[in-house]
Amino acid sequence: MLEVKDLHVTVEGSEILKGLNLTVNPGEVHALMGPNGAGKSTLSAVIAGKDGYEVTSGEILFEGKNLLEMEIEERALAGILLGFQYPVEIPGVKNIYLLKAALNAQRVARGEEEIPAPEFMKLVREQLSFMKMDGSFLQRAVNEGFSGGEKKRNEILQMLVLQPKLAMLDEIDSGLDIDAMKVVAEGINSLRNADRAILMVTHYQRLLEHIVPDRVHVLVDGRIVKSGDKELANELEARGYEWVLEESAA
Amino acid sequence: MASQEMEELVQREYTQGFVTDIESDTVPPGLDENTIAFISNKKGEPEWMLEWRLEAYRQWLTMTTPSWAHLDYPPIDYQAISYYSAPKKQEDKPQSLDEVDPKLLETYEKLGIPLHERAALAGVAVDAVFDSVSVTTTFKEKLAEAGVIFCSISEAIREYPELVRQYLGSVVPQGDNYFAALNSAVFTDGSFVYVPEGVECPMELSTYFRINAANTGQFERTLIVCDKRAQVSYLEGCTAPQRDENQLHAAVVELVALEDANIKYSTVQNWYPGDEDGKGGIYNFVTKRGDCRGDRSKISWTQVETGSAITWKYPSCMLRGKDSVGEFYSVAVTNGRQQADTGTKMIHIGEGTRSTIISKGIAAGRSDQAYRGLVKVGPRAKNARNFTQCDSLLIGDRCGAHTFPYQEIGNSSATVEHEATTSKIGEDQLFYCQSRGISEEDAVNMIVNGFCKDVFQELPMEFAVEAEALLNVTLEGAVG
Amino acid sequence: MSAAHAFLQRLGERADDEPTWVAARRQAGAARFEALGFPTKRDEAWKYTDVRRIAEGEFTLADDAELDEARFAALGMPLDAHRLVFVDGVFSTALSDLTDLPDGVSVEPLTTAMRTNHEAIGGAIGRLAGVDFSPFTALNVALSEEGAVVRIGQGVVVEKPIYVVFASRANESARMSHPRVLVMAGARSQSTVIEHYAGEAGAANFTNVVSEVMLERGAIVDHYKLQEASSEDLHVASIHVEQGRDSRFTSFNLNLGGALVRTDLVTDLNAQGAETNYNGLFFVQGRQHVDNHTLVNHNAPNTFSNENYKGILNDRARGVFNGKVIVKRDSQQIEAYQNNANLLLSDRAEIDTKPELEIYADDVKCSHGATTGQLDEEAVFALRTRGIDEQMARGLLTLAFAGEVMDQVRLPVITERVERAVAGKLPERFNLADLVEVSDALEEA
Repeated sequence: MLEVKDLHVTVEGSEILKGLNLTVNPGEVHALMGPNGAGKSTLSAVIAGKDGYEVTSGEILFEGKNLLEMEIEERALAGILLGFQYPVEIPGVKNIYLLKAALNAQRVARGEEEIPAPEFMKLVREQLSFMKMDGSFLQRAVNEGFSGGEKKRNEILQMLVLQPKLAMLDEIDSGLDIDAMKVVAEGINSLRNADRAILMVTHYQRLLEHIVPDRVHVLVDGRIVKSGDKELANELEARGYEWVLEESAA
Repeated sequence: MASQEMEELVQREYTQGFVTDIESDTVPPGLDENTIAFISNKKGEPEWMLEWRLEAYRQWLTMTTPSWAHLDYPPIDYQAISYYSAPKKQEDKPQSLDEVDPKLLETYEKLGIPLHERAALAGVAVDAVFDSVSVTTTFKEKLAEAGVIFCSISEAIREYPELVRQYLGSVVPQGDNYFAALNSAVFTDGSFVYVPEGVECPMELSTYFRINAANTGQFERTLIVCDKRAQVSYLEGCTAPQRDENQLHAAVVELVALEDANIKYSTVQNWYPGDEDGKGGIYNFVTKRGDCRGDRSKISWTQVETGSAITWKYPSCMLRGKDSVGEFYSVAVTNGRQQADTGTKMIHIGEGTRSTIISKGIAAGRSDQAYRGLVKVGPRAKNARNFTQCDSLLIGDRCGAHTFPYQEIGNSSATVEHEATTSKIGEDQLFYCQSRGISEEDAVNMIVNGFCKDVFQELPMEFAVEAEALLNVTLEGAVG
Repeated sequence: MSAAHAFLQRLGERADDEPTWVAARRQAGAARFEALGFPTKRDEAWKYTDVRRIAEGEFTLADDAELDEARFAALGMPLDAHRLVFVDGVFSTALSDLTDLPDGVSVEPLTTAMRTNHEAIGGAIGRLAGVDFSPFTALNVALSEEGAVVRIGQGVVVEKPIYVVFASRANESARMSHPRVLVMAGARSQSTVIEHYAGEAGAANFTNVVSEVMLERGAIVDHYKLQEASSEDLHVASIHVEQGRDSRFTSFNLNLGGALVRTDLVTDLNAQGAETNYNGLFFVQGRQHVDNHTLVNHNAPNTFSNENYKGILNDRARGVFNGKVIVKRDSQQIEAYQNNANLLLSDRAEIDTKPELEIYADDVKCSHGATTGQLDEEAVFALRTRGIDEQMARGLLTLAFAGEVMDQVRLPVITERVERAVAGKLPERFNLADLVEVSDALEEA
C-alpha cells in the first residue's frame, strides 16, 4: 500500500532523512520508533505533504501512485490521514462543520452523494460516544481550548468518521494520561482491519502495550537501522537505543 | 495662565539687564537670523553649521505649530524668549546647600539621592561641594581607551566636524516638525556620542556627568552614533526637579545604529510640573528618533515621564535594516494639572523587523494624559511584527486618560497586535493591602509600581530605584 | 468654481414649492457645505480617505424610479418584511410592500411623512445629524429629497423586519442621491430595521445618506446596514443614534461592495442602563476602499458599549477603521469594549486602524484591541490533510475569522449572503448549530 524508497529529505538545508526505505501492506500495523531527532515526525509530515520539507531524492508510492506529485488534499482523498502530534487550533470553525465538510469532500471525490444530515448525525454520535466524548464538543471550534487529551481524542474521532486506508499517528500518545491513553488506543484498535494500514510514530514503548504492532522499525539518524516484530519494542524498552546504534555502526 | 507666567519670567530676565551688544554674553529676547549668527559665533562654529541653522530657521518660519495633540495651552510667543544665555558663573550659583530652596532638598531626601549629588542637581557650584574633576577624569580616560567619543555637541562640532556633519539631521531633518526646526536653528547644547565599530561602551553614559561640566540649555541637541557591532547604554535626565528658568524646552535626540549595533536610551524626566493650580511648569516639546540603519540593529527607548506641565514626546524608531528591532517602554505619570501627550512611532521599512511597545499611563488629580502611537508597516517589510500593550490607570474622577494608536499596515505578512485597557485603581486591591496594615498611600504606591513593573525592569538598576521613588513623590496627595 | 459650489448648482434646479422653513434649512446646509468644502487628507477624520472621486465627479439627481421586477430581484433579498424601495434615491411605489403593517407602526417615504405630519417629522429630522457633523451631512441637508421614515409606537413589537432598499442602477450618466432615514422607536418597542444598499453591475452613482435612530426608554432596535454597492459606486453614510434609559441598540455594519465607502456611526448613550453594540464586517477586494468611523459617547453613568469590527482585505483594497469611545466626566460605572481585527489576504492590501479611548471618569472598565494578521497556514494545512481543497480551506478560515461578528446576525438570509461573498459557494451551511439541535430533538422524540 505504502512504499517509501530511498527517501532523502532536507529541512532548512540540513538532511533529516538519509535514504529511508519502508513498505507497509494492507492490514498491517507498523510502529516507527527512535530517539528524538531521528526524523520520525519528518516522515509523516512528508507523507501528508507539509511545506518546508524538500525531497532531494527517492520516492513514495501509495497504492502504486506517486504520492509526491499529489496535493495535500488529494492525498487525504486518496485515503491517507495524519493524526497530528500537536493538533492545530482553528478558532471559529466548528468540529461538526469540519467533520461534515471533510466527509462530504471524500464522498464527492468518490462520485457519491453527499451524506444526508440524519445519517451523518447518527454516525458522528456513535463514534462520539465510542470515544467517550460529550455532544457539546461538536459545537466547539476545532481544538480551541481543548486539553491535550481532548485534542488527541479528536484526531481519532476524525479517523473513525473518515475511515482512511492509511492512518498515520504522530506521537499520538504524547500528553495523554493513562485513562485517555486507553480510550485513544481502543479507538485505534477499532480501526484495525484487513484492508487498512496503520503507521504509528512513537518515542515510547508505552503505547505499544495497548496497540500491538505487526512490525517495529528503529529509525536512527534518518535511516531505519533495525526492523523486527513487537519483541523489538520490548527490547528497546529494556535496553534503550544505544545497543541498536552500536550494532548498526558495527 | 502659563503664558503670563512665561511673560513674567521674560520680564524678569529682561530687567536683569540684557544688552543689545552682540559681543556680550546674552541676547535680548527675540529670534531672527542675527540671533542665530550670534549663537553660532559664540559657539565658535564653522560656516556650514551656521548655514545649517539658518536653513532650519527659514523652514521654521514657514511652519505652523502642531495642533493635533490632545493638549491645551496658550500660544507661545517665540519672540519673548531669550535664545542664548551664557552658563552661570560659579559666583552666581548658590554657594552651599543652605542657599537652596528647602522644599527642593526635601524632595531629594525622599528620593534618596546621595548628598553630594543633591548639590549638583540643585545647581550648587559643584567645585564647592566635591571634586567633580576627579570623577570627570576617571570616566573620560576609561572612554578614551575604548575609543568612545562622549562630549558636548558644541565641542563635537569643533573637534569632530566630519562625524557631526555626516549624521546631524540625518534622522530628524531640520524641517521635520515645528519644534525640531526651532531646535535646529537655535540649539545651544547637548551630548554627542560616537561608539566605534565593534566597541562595547565600557560604562553607561549619562548626561549627569556632562552636566557637571556645563549646564544644558533649553534647546538641547543630542546625537548618538553606534557603528557596526557597537553597543551603548545612555541615561538621560535627572531624578529631581531641575531648576530651569525657561518655560519652553524643545530638545532633539537623534540615534543612529549601524549593522548589529545596539543602543539603549533611558530617560527619567522630572522637569518642574507647575503648582497644584497649573501655574508655571515646563513645556516639554521633544523630538526623539532612532534610526536602525543597519541590519540586525536594535534601538530601545525607555522613559519615565513624571514632570513637565506639558509633555509632547514620541521617541520613535525607523526600522530600516533587515531584522532590526525597535522597543519602547514608557511610564507616564501625571498629577495636578499636568498634560501629557506621549507615545511612539515604529516605522517598519525593512524585512523581518520587530517592535515592542509597552506603555503605562497613570493619571491623577486633574491631569490629562494621552498615549499616541503609530505602527506603520511598509510594503517591503515582510514578516514585520509588532506587539503593543498600553494600559492606563486613573486615580480620582477629575483626570483623563486617552489612547490613540494608529496602525497603518501595508503588508499581508505583518502581524500587528494592539491591546489597551483603562481602569481605575482596584478598590479590592487597595482594601486588601490596607487590611494588612498598609497605609492607603503606600498601598497606592505599591499597586502603581506593580502596574509599571514591565517598564521599570527595562531601566538600568540605579535608575529603576529612583524611578520608583519618583513615582511615589509625584503621586503624593493623589488619594485621600 | 469650487467642487462644492458645483454640487450646489443642483439646488437651483428644484421647484420652489417647498415650505419656507424647509428651504431655509436647505440654504443653511448649502452655506455650511460651501464653507467647509470637501474634506481633504489634512482633516484628521479623512486622513486615509481621498474623496476627490466624489468631488470631481459629475452627478445629477434622478427623477424616476424605473426598475423592473427582474432587475430588482437580482438586487434585493428575499425577505418576509415590510419593504420600502428607493431607486437612485427616488421612491418606488411599485417595488415597495407595506401591506400588513401592524398597528402603531408607520413606515413611509419621507415626502409622504412630511406632507401628513411635517411638524413632528421636520422637528425630528436633523436633530441628531445637522449641518455641522461633516461636509457630507451638510451637503445632504442641502440636497436631500427623499428617504424613509419609520415610527414605532410605545410597546409595539414589530415581528417582521423593516426592510429599506436603496437600489443603484447602471445608468447612462452618473446619478447622486442624498437620502435620509429616520427611525423613531417608542418606549419598550422592539424592531429590526435593515438599510440595504445594492448596486447593479456597472452602476457608478454617488449615495450620501444620513440616518437618525432615536430610541426611547427601554426600546430595542437591531439596525442592519448591508452595503452591496457596485464596484464603481461611491457611498458616504452617516448614522446617528440617540439612546434613552435602558434602551438597547445593536448595529450590524456589513460592507461588501462599493468603490469608495465611508460610514460614520455615532451613538449617544444619554441615560442610565443604555447599551449599544457595534458589529462590523468589511470584506474588500480589487481596489475597493472602505472607511469606518465609529464613535460612542458615554454621556451618562451605567452605560455599556461593545464594539467588534472585523476587516478582510484582498488584492489592492484599502480599509480604514477608526473607533472612538468617549467617557464623559462623571459618567461612572461604564463598561466599554472595543475590538478591531483585520485579515490581510494580499501583499498589496492596506489597513489603517486607530481604536481610540478618551476617558474622563475613573470608575470605568474600558479596553480595546486591534490586531492585523494573516491566515494561519498551519490551519490551512490541517484542513487540507482532511481532504478539503485549498481554496475552500482558505475561505473557511476567512469565514471563521468573521465568525464572532457573523454569529451575532439574527437574519439567516443576511448570513448566507455574507458567507457567499466571503467564501464563495460552500459545500455546507457554515453554521451547523441547528443540525445538532435538530438531531438532539429527534433523539429525544
